Amino acid sequence: MTHHAASEIGQRNEATHPSSAVVQFDADAPLQLEGGGRLAPWSVAYQTYGALNADRSNAILICHALTGDQHVANVNPVTGKGGWWETMVGPGKPFDTNRFFVICSNVLGSCLGTTGPASINPANGRPYALDFPVVTIRDMVNAQARLMDHLGIETIFCVAGGSMGGMQVLEWVASFPHRVFSAMPIATAAKHSAQNIAFHEVGRQAVMADPEWRKGRYLDEGTRSEKGLAVARMAAHITYLSEQALHRKFGRNFQDRMAPTFSFDADFEVESYLRYQGRAFVERFDANSYLFLTRAMDYFDLAKDHGGSLAHAFAGTKTRFCVVSFTSDWLFPTKDSRAIVHALNAAGASVSFVEIETDKGHDAFLLELPDLFNTTRGFIDSAARAKELSVKAEAR
Amino acid sequence: MTSISSHDDQFNARVDLHHLAEMVAEGSRVLDVGCGDGTLLRLLAEKRGADARGIEISQKGVNECVTKGLSVIQGDADSDLIFYPDQSFDYVILSQTLQAMNRPREVVEHMLRIGRYAIVSFPNFGHWRIRFQLLFSGRMPVTKNLSYSWYETPNIHFCTIDDFTSLCKDIDAKIDHAVALDRFGIPVRTDLPRTLWNFFGEQAVFVLSPR
Repeated sequence: MTHHAASEIGQRNEATHPSSAVVQFDADAPLQLEGGGRLAPWSVAYQTYGALNADRSNAILICHALTGDQHVANVNPVTGKGGWWETMVGPGKPFDTNRFFVICSNVLGSCLGTTGPASINPANGRPYALDFPVVTIRDMVNAQARLMDHLGIETIFCVAGGSMGGMQVLEWVASFPHRVFSAMPIATAAKHSAQNIAFHEVGRQAVMADPEWRKGRYLDEGTRSEKGLAVARMAAHITYLSEQALHRKFGRNFQDRMAPTFSFDADFEVESYLRYQGRAFVERFDANSYLFLTRAMDYFDLAKDHGGSLAHAFAGTKTRFCVVSFTSDWLFPTKDSRAIVHALNAAGASVSFVEIETDKGHDAFLLELPDLFNTTRGFIDSAARAKELSVKAEAR
Repeated sequence: MTSISSHDDQFNARVDLHHLAEMVAEGSRVLDVGCGDGTLLRLLAEKRGADARGIEISQKGVNECVTKGLSVIQGDADSDLIFYPDQSFDYVILSQTLQAMNRPREVVEHMLRIGRYAIVSFPNFGHWRIRFQLLFSGRMPVTKNLSYSWYETPNIHFCTIDDFTSLCKDIDAKIDHAVALDRFGIPVRTDLPRTLWNFFGEQAVFVLSPR
């Protein structure tokens, strides 16, 4: 722990001493992993909003995306900014915390308090780094299920999430069909495409090409694995936007100058913006976590896990679905959502599917979009009616 | 085509939908193909206690439906019915949409595969008003119910009641029930021979089942 000076960047403290509730699973309660390994001891950090009702039927589980975290609707302890989905989660919001008990846990392999590569390896008392086992989306979901068990929640009223969060939603229904009353996979896919694996590989290679990465042992060696991670984030960030949005926001505008400098300075606004995104990201995220989480997404292929047929993954499901995609999302395009919808149709599932018109690209699910709010409200309200839920949680 | 027409259209549409809803048995599973803003789905859910789901091609319609809490997917009947398993619904309804399909025959065949019953309602191109318009004006008919000009109409496959009857024969569908409606949405006298329905009916509703 000698290298963990308090002055070092926040995420390191959050990884080992998160400012969230934590469930610690001891050595006698290991987490078996899809790849064959096991984690013991291990822990899950999570946030909750609203109150669980008496019959424990009003829980909504939010699954966060690749570089998201459990701080959905509270001030983020690392960035000091508002929660990443506070537009959607809160009193009177589509995921209404006056009615529902909203839970979000940091995913397995991440760096905000749930066990990941920045956590301490009990075998040697040092950060796991690349000794951390490669985890999958299913492993993340199994970890969340253990958290639900711990909280005494058998059936979850709704599991919702976008992007990698949407993958977890699909995996939840496939792995625990009886535990999910309704599901909202947003801007996601039942398998990661070749193009998306390719982008992830670019990001990982950027991280690994950074001399400060030190074969993953940067925490031990006291270096900052930031430059490669920032480049990875810059490349990835482009994929979260759209050509139209980039053009609308930046065009070919110069940054603080009237003419090109004939150098490699950030002459263009779009360059300056991306550099800022890269810098901001490394302040809050662990380079090794980025490697492990992108890998988990790459490996996700729900049909492959069910005899090659996506419909088999949902066979006999009673879960009500609302699938959402965005017109300008080229990372998880509408056709990926449509494939999920067709499989659900084939499985006879109750499914709604909305494609929302926006030029904001993949990141649209994080933004303030009235169509997304209205869709979510309509779906949640009808699911609540279907469940004949007593919508008012008991006052504490 | 005066200012009262839009009101009349709405009125007719509602009558048409009530007729459809009455044909559906209580508590059935229903798929409404081309469900628009979900008016029929809602009617079916509220009046018939149906498990009613829809497909709609327009994003606006789908968003309206889902906002109302209806189970509707954005999709195209011409290409998406293939993904529904055999006999997974009691009724599959195609309301005033047949004439806009690229492959109406295949759509009806899929409906019969997916549902125990297929209910199809469509505007009758054999109605006397349409016949007279073409005969006397020599131009493509434009009526209150079919108000598009030829160059902008989404209605690409018109048929008459007799045409549809003959399609049913071709695809070996059993006609369990058929009714022609006049311009007010009221059934034409059922004691008239069918060839007269083809003359006086402005719309028709067929209930089919696979043989």
